[in-house]
Amino acid sequence: MSEPVSALNGASFQGFATIREIGPLGMITLRAKGLKSLDKAVKAVTGTKLPAQRRIEIKGDRACGWMSPDEYLLILPYAEVGAALAKIAKALAGEHHLAVDVSDARAVFRIEGDRADQVLRKLMPVDFDWLEPGELRRSRAAQVAAAIWQQDQGFTLVCFRSVASYVMGLLTHSAQPGSEL
Amino acid sequence: MSTRLTRGGRLIDRTAAVEFSFNGKRMRGFHGDTLAAALLANDQMLVGRSFKYHRPRGIVASGPEEPNALVNLGSGARLEPNQRATTTELFDGLECTSQNHWPSLEFDVGVVNNHVSRFLPAGFYYKTFIHPRPFWKHVFEPIIRRSAGLGKAPTQPDPDRYEQAYAFCDVLVIGAGVAGLKVAKAAADAGQRVILLEQSPTLGGRAPVDQTEVDGQPVETWLSAMEADLAARDNVTIRTRTCGFGVYDHGYVLADERVADHTPGDGRPKHRLWRIRAGRIVSATGAIERPLSFAGNDIPGVMLASAVRDYVVNYAVSPGDRTVIVTNNDSAYQTALALKAAGLDVPAILDAREAADGALPQAARAAGIRVLTGKAIARVKGTKRVTGVAICAQAGEGAVQEEIACEAVAMSGGWSPVVHLFSHCGGKLLWDETISAFIPDPARPPLNHDGSAMVECVGAAAGDLDLTGTPVAIPPVWVMPQGAPIQLRSKMWLDYQNDVKVSDVELASREGYVSVEHTKRYTTLGMATDQGKLSNINGLSVLAETLGQEIPQVGTTTFRPPYTPVTIGALAGEARGEIFQPLRKTPMHAAHEKAGAYFEPVGLWRRPYCFPRPGETHEQAVHREVLNTRQNLGLLDASTLGKIIVKGPDAGKFLDMLYTGVMSTLPVGKCRYGLMCNEQGFLIDDGVVARIDEDTWLCHTTSGGADRIHAWMEDWLQCEWWDWQVYTANVTEQYAQVAVVGPNARKLLQVLGGMDVSKEALPFMHWADGTLAGLPARVYRISFSGELSYEIAVPASHGAAFWAACTQAGKALGAMPYGTEALHIMRAEKGFIMIGDETDGTVIPQDLGLDWAISKKKADYLGKRGQERTFLASPDRWKLVGFETLDGSVIPDGAYVIAEGVNANGQRNTQGRVTSTYYSPTLKRGIAMGLLKHGPARMGEVVEFNTVAGGTVKARVRDTVFYDKDGEKQNV
Repeated sequence: MSEPVSALNGASFQGFATIREIGPLGMITLRAKGLKSLDKAVKAVTGTKLPAQRRIEIKGDRACGWMSPDEYLLILPYAEVGAALAKIAKALAGEHHLAVDVSDARAVFRIEGDRADQVLRKLMPVDFDWLEPGELRRSRAAQVAAAIWQQDQGFTLVCFRSVASYVMGLLTHSAQPGSEL
Repeated sequence: MSTRLTRGGRLIDRTAAVEFSFNGKRMRGFHGDTLAAALLANDQMLVGRSFKYHRPRGIVASGPEEPNALVNLGSGARLEPNQRATTTELFDGLECTSQNHWPSLEFDVGVVNNHVSRFLPAGFYYKTFIHPRPFWKHVFEPIIRRSAGLGKAPTQPDPDRYEQAYAFCDVLVIGAGVAGLKVAKAAADAGQRVILLEQSPTLGGRAPVDQTEVDGQPVETWLSAMEADLAARDNVTIRTRTCGFGVYDHGYVLADERVADHTPGDGRPKHRLWRIRAGRIVSATGAIERPLSFAGNDIPGVMLASAVRDYVVNYAVSPGDRTVIVTNNDSAYQTALALKAAGLDVPAILDAREAADGALPQAARAAGIRVLTGKAIARVKGTKRVTGVAICAQAGEGAVQEEIACEAVAMSGGWSPVVHLFSHCGGKLLWDETISAFIPDPARPPLNHDGSAMVECVGAAAGDLDLTGTPVAIPPVWVMPQGAPIQLRSKMWLDYQNDVKVSDVELASREGYVSVEHTKRYTTLGMATDQGKLSNINGLSVLAETLGQEIPQVGTTTFRPPYTPVTIGALAGEARGEIFQPLRKTPMHAAHEKAGAYFEPVGLWRRPYCFPRPGETHEQAVHREVLNTRQNLGLLDASTLGKIIVKGPDAGKFLDMLYTGVMSTLPVGKCRYGLMCNEQGFLIDDGVVARIDEDTWLCHTTSGGADRIHAWMEDWLQCEWWDWQVYTANVTEQYAQVAVVGPNARKLLQVLGGMDVSKEALPFMHWADGTLAGLPARVYRISFSGELSYEIAVPASHGAAFWAACTQAGKALGAMPYGTEALHIMRAEKGFIMIGDETDGTVIPQDLGLDWAISKKKADYLGKRGQERTFLASPDRWKLVGFETLDGSVIPDGAYVIAEGVNANGQRNTQGRVTSTYYSPTLKRGIAMGLLKHGPARMGEVVEFNTVAGGTVKARVRDTVFYDKDGEKQNV
């Protein structure tokens, strides 16, 4: 089997912050609400507790983010998605839920450096002064949907795969040397 | 002549000389100069020509209110028209030219208009160019447009970068004069997050020029302490060169930061548009001095008194050796004192008031300046520059009592608080009789969501003109002298840029224009690029006087953003070139580009329209792709197809409501074609639904419909059927999807290997999971072309690899990629409908003969009730049929089937229209589908279509399936 290829094959740009496309990352959309075994199912896949509203729980290379009152985003190594879906199916057997692989539907970027926030302040109507560690913010980057959170002295940005080159263009434009805010 | 003084100039650095050019003439200035200051320092008094009469015009002001000194800045791709010299910072190598003159600034042919000005009265265009009607479009408008407009638009793409940024704060202070600085500090002291915007490069506003002390400290000491204090705070952001230009609902403010206007080409963004959400907005925008209306008040050398002292104090520029002051208030006396302090002569101060005994007038008298009260300027002498003034009594009609020679006139007609930002969202104004100005009414501010004041004004913007707390009185003086006859009034300029005079407003009023908004448009008062910053109050006061009304009754025109012009580049921000808008790309996009695909937009997607080979036209490529697919093997990138997972105990019930057919009974492993309608009954989407397991369905939507249909599903689930147990997920982009189409389709999959795709294992309208070419694949045996066809979904991360594998293995089988146009032709040959072609939001499935896809058994589905309405159930609706031209030609797109007679508008009656029309390479003739009244009952009849070229084309009505009616090809 050929190796999975991310949307931009790991493109990067060095401006006043560093932009890197990363991935592919394993991602599962889990839709469920108020299920007894939900905590257990999430824990089995990501090792984290269920996140509170607008939060993301991160543990190593795994995470669980709150996307809406009945939707979670599970992040895990790409190769483990199949096994993870099986675990969820087992843990939530007989209970109303939906778990689907969306690893390939997304593009993921890292924005790193002391001024990483400034790159995003130009693109997202988000008050970064108030963005807390562990907060997952669903918003937009210029004209497309995007979600961000802080992680390891930088930001992780998730968008749809088809617009990866548009988002890379935005981030590159925003990170041009000399355009620091 | 105007010149540079040898001493002084608080903003210039005499050690840093700067070279620039004006109309090709080389000039020198200093770092810190504005272009206007540097022009005056080089005795360039004449800087432009007025719009209508081409009168010589000089610099009037020192800030963004400047109406005259507009230049073409830069050249080539960096040419910017209408740049105000008063706000343009001087930089080395600056090039500029004056505007609105031909052939030269000094000798201008258009000035002839000046001498025929009595033939160009207010409303001239309305009156003159109204008849004959056709002349407007073909004669008048082109001529007017050529002679209109001040600057020239650049013709090359802008080489500079622009960007936008978002900011948030508790308190946004706009204007960093003393009032703004104090508010910012108080808010910062209270722990609030503060953003302070200042349009100029320096803080302090007018204070360093107009005041000696602030709070008992020398003004410069106070300022630098305040600046250092604010700069040291984490909760304060100061942005200079940033104009807060618009206030919008919910505390939203737009501001334009001129990042690199003064350092062009240094790689930084030229402008940055700030999009700010503020808890509280404080407008500390100061006040703008008003001109006085006297004859010849537009001659170069006549300036605002505040501007004169700005040039003397800030830039060490003398407007001339002798400056006459004319005023109706005390503030202009500061100018006299500043000129004296600089060693210049002030022959007289003409004060329209009967008495002037305040501290400043007394200081002026003490300095030996001749103060004449009750006096006015009868007229200014000179043409291209001031040579003197004739003096008369303000109370009289202009009889000249004395003439005084001078090089400059400094005028002050009072001050107008800058209430623009307060007014943008509906803040109401009060007329303040004491200072003769509109001030913000604190009781009627623009409101926030909770009813609190969204904008408050402080300092001069609130009408507090003297920050020392001394009450200021400014009596109204709208015309000088008050009894001036028409000869003088027709030389009193209100709007310098648009050439509107006192006599124009009076004429408008006599002609019945009583509303200030109508008068503005009729006379063009305040409609130039300066938006009437100097002229509005003077103009409406003249109107009020003429109408015999009070000024508050007449009111102001509407204040709208932007406060000063904002370059389109800043508004566009990053959205240009490659990132003008998001382009969605499939995982195989790069391979298509490499294969030379010609793309077309499908929503925001770019899809290959065809894959032309060297020497081929697009049409030839499309025909080759169709024939090859029908004879051998075609490959289509179908990744853009919408894919929505619907799962849950109630998912079957839900889909039965969404689709017109029954999806709940679809067996696991099978596919079914379905139609979706809106509540009105109109067809909105179609696609193949696959039953994945007991609880799960996969709904394919059209490429353009994926997001819309997903939102439609969520809308019904969240708002109407919230208690149904159904979850959806849009997995469109999770999969790359390839249609493998044609007689060799099965062979290709067998070569790729990994799963049984035989007729028995995978019959038509079935699907199966498996492996192909070593990749996880879901194979749907469906056909949109009429051929043996499989659609294969693989994870998007493997999409490019799978496409390459198909292309490679397909070589021996005659595989060629095909694009959207070949897809369209093949589906039309089979009589398959296309959402957007056969539908347009007014078509129901029954119109398209799709009754077979509508369940008669179901109690309900979305659209059922709508379709029962008499109009939609009428047997007289236009219905889908096929058309074959008698001569084999292709019916033009959009053609109508004509009927007998004409309608009430004299247009030919119609009885149908074409919806899809193509040349069929398979059948070697034109084929079409279309809607026709009573269509299915008229098989074999010959009808006539209109054509674009004129005339008609005859076509025979037939069924819609042109190719392989029995479906033998797809069932092998």
